[in-house]
Parts: sequence; C-alpha cells; structure tokens
Amino acid sequence: MLSRTAENLYWLTRYMERADTMARLLEVGYRMALMPSAGEGYRNEWASLVAAAGSSAGFEAKFGEDFRQRDVETWLFFDRENPSSVVSCIETARQNGRAVRTALTSEMWDALNGAYLDLRDIERRPRSEALLPQLCDWTKRQGSLLRGTTEGTHLQNDGFDFLNLGYYLERGDNTARLLDVKYYVLLPTTSMVGGAVDTYQWSTLLRALSAYRAFHWSYRGDYTPRKVAHFLILNASFPRSLLHCQQQIAAHLGRLAAAYGTRTVAHDRMQVMLGELSEARVEDVIEEGLHEFLSRFIHQNAALGQDVAHSYLFGVQ
Amino acid sequence: MYDGKQVRPAYRQLVDWVESTSPESLAQKKQEAEALFRRIGITFAVYGEGGDTERLIPFDMMPRVFTEAEWRKLERGVKQRARALNAFLYDVYHRAEIVRAGVVPADLVFRNEAYEPAVVGIEPPGRVYSHIVGIDIVRTGPEDFFVLEDNCRTPSGVSYMLENREIMMRMFPELFRSSRILPVDDYPQRLRRTLASVAPRKCDGEPVSVILSPGSFNSAYYEHSFLADQMGIEIVEGQDLFVQGEFVYMRTTEGPRRVDVIYRRIDDSFLDPLCFRPDSMLGVPGLMNVYRSGGVTICSAPGAGVADDKAIYIYVPDMIRFYLGETPILKNVQTWKCGDPSDRKYVLENLKDLVVKEVHGSGGYGMLVGPKSTKEQIDAYAERIKADPGDFIAQPTLALSTCPTFEDSEGLAPRHVDLRPFCLVGQEVHLCAGGLTRVALKEGSLVVNSSQGGGVKDTWVLAD
Amino acid sequence: MRLSVRHSTLYQFDAPMRFVTQSHRLTPASNGCQKVIDWQVSAEGAEFGASFVDGAGDLISTMTLQGPVERITVVVEGTVETSSGDGILRGHREIVSPLVYLEATHATQPNRAMLDLRDLAVGGADGPLDRAHRLAGAVADAIAYTPGATTPQTTAAEALELGQGVCQDHAHTLIALAIAAELPARYVTGYLWTEGGGETAEASHAWAEIHVGRLGWIGFDPANRCCPDERYIRLGSGRDAREAAPIRGVSRGGGGEALDVSVVVAQQ
Repeated sequence: MLSRTAENLYWLTRYMERADTMARLLEVGYRMALMPSAGEGYRNEWASLVAAAGSSAGFEAKFGEDFRQRDVETWLFFDRENPSSVVSCIETARQNGRAVRTALTSEMWDALNGAYLDLRDIERRPRSEALLPQLCDWTKRQGSLLRGTTEGTHLQNDGFDFLNLGYYLERGDNTARLLDVKYYVLLPTTSMVGGAVDTYQWSTLLRALSAYRAFHWSYRGDYTPRKVAHFLILNASFPRSLLHCQQQIAAHLGRLAAAYGTRTVAHDRMQVMLGELSEARVEDVIEEGLHEFLSRFIHQNAALGQDVAHSYLFGVQ
Repeated sequence: MYDGKQVRPAYRQLVDWVESTSPESLAQKKQEAEALFRRIGITFAVYGEGGDTERLIPFDMMPRVFTEAEWRKLERGVKQRARALNAFLYDVYHRAEIVRAGVVPADLVFRNEAYEPAVVGIEPPGRVYSHIVGIDIVRTGPEDFFVLEDNCRTPSGVSYMLENREIMMRMFPELFRSSRILPVDDYPQRLRRTLASVAPRKCDGEPVSVILSPGSFNSAYYEHSFLADQMGIEIVEGQDLFVQGEFVYMRTTEGPRRVDVIYRRIDDSFLDPLCFRPDSMLGVPGLMNVYRSGGVTICSAPGAGVADDKAIYIYVPDMIRFYLGETPILKNVQTWKCGDPSDRKYVLENLKDLVVKEVHGSGGYGMLVGPKSTKEQIDAYAERIKADPGDFIAQPTLALSTCPTFEDSEGLAPRHVDLRPFCLVGQEVHLCAGGLTRVALKEGSLVVNSSQGGGVKDTWVLAD
Repeated sequence: MRLSVRHSTLYQFDAPMRFVTQSHRLTPASNGCQKVIDWQVSAEGAEFGASFVDGAGDLISTMTLQGPVERITVVVEGTVETSSGDGILRGHREIVSPLVYLEATHATQPNRAMLDLRDLAVGGADGPLDRAHRLAGAVADAIAYTPGATTPQTTAAEALELGQGVCQDHAHTLIALAIAAELPARYVTGYLWTEGGGETAEASHAWAEIHVGRLGWIGFDPANRCCPDERYIRLGSGRDAREAAPIRGVSRGGGGEALDVSVVVAQQ
C-alpha cells in the first residue's frame, strides 16, 4: 500500500487514542479536585495533569503559572493551540481519515466524521453547559465507536495492521504517562503512601483507565504500588497494560513481516522490548524506580514509533 | 425526445411506466435516489461559492434514451473525431503538416497558451495524446447532432455516468428487465486496458497504472477515488511519487514500486516543478524528463489541451478531412471568431441572439446567453469583447432537444439536455454505450453545467 | 578555437536533505559553430538517467541523489572546438517552431516603457536583421552592466526601469523588446572565453537569440555589445532564464541552501 496511506491510518488511530487519553486525564483531575488538596503534591492536581499531558510549557505561556481548573479544561479539551487537546486530536484524526477516505470503510468514516460534527456542536454551545464528566464520556465513546467499526468492518490487511500499530504505540505511551503522574508527580513523598489520599488517588487512576473493577477482580485487597504497577505494566490480560500493548505491536509487526516477506529494524527493537517486558518481575521495576522505568519505556516506545515510520511510512527510497 | 409535441417511440415504454406509477411512489423514489447519492458520497464542489463547497448534483430519474441505430451513428462520429484530434496533436508536436498545408493558422497552434514547447518531438506510445476524449454533443433533430466542444485533457463526469446507472438499476430493476439497455459498467475495465495498452516501451512486465490526483480537497476527488477503486489501481498524489534514474516510483510500505502509466487529473503546469511551475507542490520533480525519455506514459499527454481550445474547435472538421480523408459525421456548431473583424461586427450586432464563450474558459463560467440576458448584461459583455476580441467566440443558440424530466409541480416536463459520451483511445478506440446527460433544470434554460444549476440523468442505449 | 571548460556548482545545505532531484541542460550540442570533443557531467554519489534531446535540440538529463546529503558538487568538464559564424546559429538540429518564441513569459513581459524603447530603436530600421541589431544596441545602452543590482527573479521590465543588471537582465530585456517587435526571441546559456582567460567567473554566461527570417536564429550578446563568435560555447535555450537554466533542482528535507558556482574557460 502507499506509504502515505499507511501513514494516515497510523496517525488517525494515534490521535483518536490520544484524545481518549486526554479525556481520561481530565477525568482524573476532576475527581482529584473533589478531594481536599494533598498540599504537598506537584503544586496542585491540575498542574500535574498538564505536566502528564506533556504540555506545561505551552500552558504556562498562555495562561500563566496558576493552574486553574477552567484554564486546564480549556487547554486540554478545547484549545487548538494545544496540538494534543481533544479538539485538536479529533480534528487531526479526521484530517488523516479524510485524506485516505477510500481506505476506510463507510462505517469508520461515519464514526470519525460524526465525532467531528458533534464537536462543532459542542463548541457552539455555551461553556457553562459543557460539563466536564459528560465531555469526557463523550470523547471516550467516540474512541470506542471508531475502534468498534474498525474491528467490525475493516479488512484484516496491512492497513489494519497500521491502524493497530498506531493504537498500541499510543496507548502504551499513554498508560505509562498516566501511571507516572500518580507515582511521581502527584505524590512525591513516601510519607503519605497508604493514606486516604493515596488510596483515593489510586482508585481515581484506575477508574480513569477503566480498570477499577478489573483491578479488584484480579488482585483484591488494598492498593499497593506493587500491585498497581504489576497490573498496569506486566499484566498481559489488561488491555491497557504496557505488556499487552507490546504483544499487540509484536503481533501486527509480525503480520506485516509475513505479508511483505521481510523484517525491519522495528522488528528488532520490538523483540528486545517485548523480551524485557515479558520477563520482568515487579521487583525489578520497583528496584529500578518506577519513574525511571516508565521514562525508559516511554523513550523506547517513541524510538519504536520512529522505526515503524522509517521502515514503512516514509516510502524508503 | 419530443417530436414536436409527440414523444418519440423510444420513450414510449418509459412514459407508460411513469403514467402507471402513482405520483406518491415516484416522489418516494426520488427521495430514495437522493439518499443513495448522499450515502455514496457523490458531491460536487462549486467554484466561486462561499461556505460549504460540497453539494449534490440534482439527479433526474427519467433517463435519456437512444436507439442503438441512433447510437451507432453517434459512435462513428465521436470515434472519428477522437482519432482526428489525436492525429492533430501528434502532427503539431512534430512536422505540423496541417499548418504547412495552410489548413490551420500557425499562430493559432504555436502561440496557443495550451501549446507545450517542452514536448515537441516526443513520441508518446501509440502516438496517443488524448486517451479519454469527452465530446459534448447536442441534438437539434432526429439526425442532427452538433458538437459543442471537445475535451481532450481530463474530461470529468464519468463517475456520474456509472453511478447514475447503478442507482437506476437498484431502483427500477423492472425497467431493466423489460428493456434491453446496453451496459456501461465495463467502462472502468476498458479504461484500465486502455491505460495498460499505452505503457512505455521500457516497461517490460505487467504495466502498473495509477491515478494522479491533486488530493482530497479537489472538487473531483470523489471521481478520482471512485475510478481508482473500480479499476483496482492506486490513487496517488505528487508526494507519493519520485523519480530515480530512468523511472518513476511510488512510495509504498514495501518500498519503491515502479509506475508505468499515470492517468493524471492535475493540470500540465502542476506536473513537474523542474519543467513547469517551480512552485508546484502537487507535481513530481523530474517526471517530465522521465516521460520525455520514454520511461513513463502520462495520460492525457502534456500539451493535449491545444486540441480542445475553442479557437481550434472551428478546424476540427478540416482535421477530419486532412488526416483521415473522411467526411465529418458530426457537425460543428456555426462559430464566429470575435478576433476576426467581420465576425466581430456580426457578433456585436446580434448579441441578443447568440451564446458567447471565452476561448479558454470552461464549465459555463463567464459565458453570455444572449436571449436570457438583460440589456445591461449584454452591453457590459460587449465591452469585454471589444477589449479582448481574440478571447471570445460566439455561437447561435440552438433549438436543443428536450427530454422529459421530473419537475416538482408539474410532473414530467420537457427540459433541455446535452450529452457527453466518453471515448477511450489506446491501441483501440472505444466508445462507451452511454454517457453523461446533463439537463438544464430550469424551464427554458439552455445552460446545463452543474455549476449553473444543471442536473444529470442516466443515458440509455436500447439494443435493437 | 579549442576551448576547455570546467564549471562546478556547489550546493551546501543548512540541514541534510533526504533527496535531491535535478534536471540538467548542461551538455552543448554539436552544430555548425561548435563541435564537442569531449564532455562530462558528474556529481559524487548521484544517479544519472532519463536523458533525451528536446525539440530545441538540447540534451536534458536527470540527476537524483539519495540523502542524507549535506553538499553536492555538480562538475561539468569538457572541450569544444568552436568557429565563428557571424552570430548565426548554423546547422543546429531542432524542430520547435520559432513562433513559439513570440509568447512572453513572466520574466519577458513587455511593458509600456519597453514599447516606447522599441519604437525609438526600430524607427527607420531596414528589415528584421537591422531591427534586431538596433534592439540589441538599445538594450546595451539602457542597462549598465552592474553585478548585484538585480536578482535571478528580476524581470525585464524591472531591470529596464532600474537601468542596471547583468547578462540575464540584458537577455530578458532584449527578448521582451524583440517579441514586442514581432520577432521570435529566446534565452541562451553558455560559456564565454575572455582574453587573459583562465580566470574564474562567478556564473555561466547568457545572451539572446532572435529569429530573423531566412537567416534563422542569430545570437546577440548585449552585455558585450557583440554577436557570439568563436569565443562562445552555446549550451541550451528556453523562453527565459528559468526555462533555459543549466540546472533546475528540488531538494526534499527542509532548510535552505547556499550556492557556489565557478566557471573556468581556457583556450587550449
């Protein structure tokens, strides 16, 4: 298939997944804000969210250093100056989809275009009517709709693999970032570990990842960093865990290698990463330091994305 | 279709059908048809209108009908014209015998904006320049077909021909069972074969053809992607192609893949920034060099536009006699060149009865329909003609044939139509048994362009 | 006269380029005025292909270079045996109609001032050849040779208004005037040997050709107030500098480029 087509498919899903993450981040912030402030955290919860979204500099340039809820909502949801805001992500996803309209099924296009049209309605309404929890739900629903129509209607060909590579590369990155917010950013001192605030923050994080009940099914009992880290990083059955994302990337890269009859540098890197994650124990992660481990993962994951781009999306000359 | 006040026999069955169907159910069918179009996504962007540029071309359910005998004559005429136009193009980029013989004035060819010096002396495969010739035809009587204009570059509208038929077949299967209507759906395969048949000499395997589109923001993008799908070939943009060594390649996820034939839907001047406009972002640097050295075929050939210029149009019957030694089967509409002093005098004196067009314009933009214009409009247009007479030609308003058309308040009513059949020229010349019938939906209107409120119909050729 | 040429063009990119594509009009044709003894165009690491002779008789070829690349040097080296032909282009194989060269481009569009200059110059002229000579003289008088006063984008109209320019501006202005006088005219690039040669020039040379009835194409070099003789090597032609350019290129990868051209023409 044309490299440009593959590139558009890949970014289409990456941006939809990113919109989903922004909604989940906003949800975390909203729930956190309902609690009395931890006081010692990363200035405040909202600041930590913007940091997790990786756009502190842009935010501060526009709104200053007071991280007010309303400004953060604007920045992370509506602001077109923020390339990762929900609005920007959905618009970029649709642009990518429009450019390869014929590579999408009409159901997929309806899902994507429907999200875009809804968004215009939402923007037209007064802000006072746009309640954050509803906006977050709406965003997640759009992501699910596209995901579902893709699974249900798209040919399982190389295009399908590029769609999924986009999904899982982005999702792994996002899970790692969300986990990092909690452990490193929200609660840097160990004195509060196990306290009420701590518990509340963990449950909020799990809820944001749609993992609250799944966690309790799998682990039971109190939250411990060890359990949550295991769940979100190493539990392959949880669809947002880093290991699960890596396995899916491996599967789709494997299908591409079989279809095209050749492996690439992306396969080599993927194999190393998957090998490490598959064999890692939660003790290793704790020992390395969760933040250090996550930072390293995010870096490797980004490098894998680069490899995929170089191998397939630029049309090697 | 109306023979005086009478409906021609070919339409008898259709009219019976309409009369036996309730207005309610016809109205419902009309809605269904529109919904189908919307779902398929055929929209047409109208230039020069603000706001949302995508809207639907109105579709009329009542088809235009030809008998096979009528069609055969038309077919011979169109093919004849397509062959002559290609012979002309080869000639003017080589020895220009027709100019030496004094049949066509040299200035009209060599000083024509569409004449492309960069392709002089190039040998395109099969000596074909215009691979898809769209010839706009009107009918003024049972045996009288007139050519309004030739389209040798990239005539559009073929997706409507195919989709109109598709929708008619879905909605009125009973009509297709009872009438033997010649199929049009082989067009994409014929086009694919036509493209493959003009693969360059250097192509040694199965030729790879692609459609080169300006991208999804172009008004005809739907048609580009539709044809690509139907032919099973890639639709590419300039950025997807690159030149290396002797050939053009497309960037794919499996690495570079050689491209042999490019059916381009972008204008000459955007094809290659190293040969034409240096600021072109749509083109492929080096493409023209590969083309000229025989590494790729471009359809239609750069420079083909010189044959469909409205000033050259006048000479097409002469071309037919000159190159083919045949008598032209289709007639030209009488045309006055405003650049010629005596013609100009006549035109300025008779503007209220004439249609005046810009020589280089298309799409019905910038034309004057005398009988439909106010005195002020006519006077203003006269000033434009006087300022640049060479830019205008004038033609009489023909007594165009009409065709029954659904009209909201009065049911079936006669409306003016024209026809664009699509002729494919490769190793063989083929005319698809149908075409795009455009209809002026306003009562009495003669302008059928979709940008000016025209609609489309299916076109049927009934087997004998 | 036997002339040797070494013409090198160095492209230095701010950031490495992914891909470079160039169209070269860098090989002279043998004709009644010049015979190419040997000629070579090269660039390290580049692939050459897709070459052909166009309707005006110029050999065009394509160069592509895969990145990342930070600099390229295109080197032209060769030897040509020249003879004087009174400026008349003799024995040059081409099939383009001269009428094509009656159409102005953006760079050669005549304006009011040019029409006045034309009228002044050709008043009382005796035939097309005389008209051509007078126009060339008028251009030489109207535009003083001043390097740096104009850019490659300067049009004939702008150069004339400025009254200053280089050989490109002289040629463009002469073409515009000739067209306004209904004489087909075109832009020609090439090399010029100068007395005390061997000196490095900063660019290749350019002049104009005017089509004069049965004599055909005749060269006029207003910058040097002469017609091309055995000191000239003719490289290629076009309707203006852009069309006739020895090198037209596109580089993918972003960032700007710096150009360094050196031309050495020596007598052997």
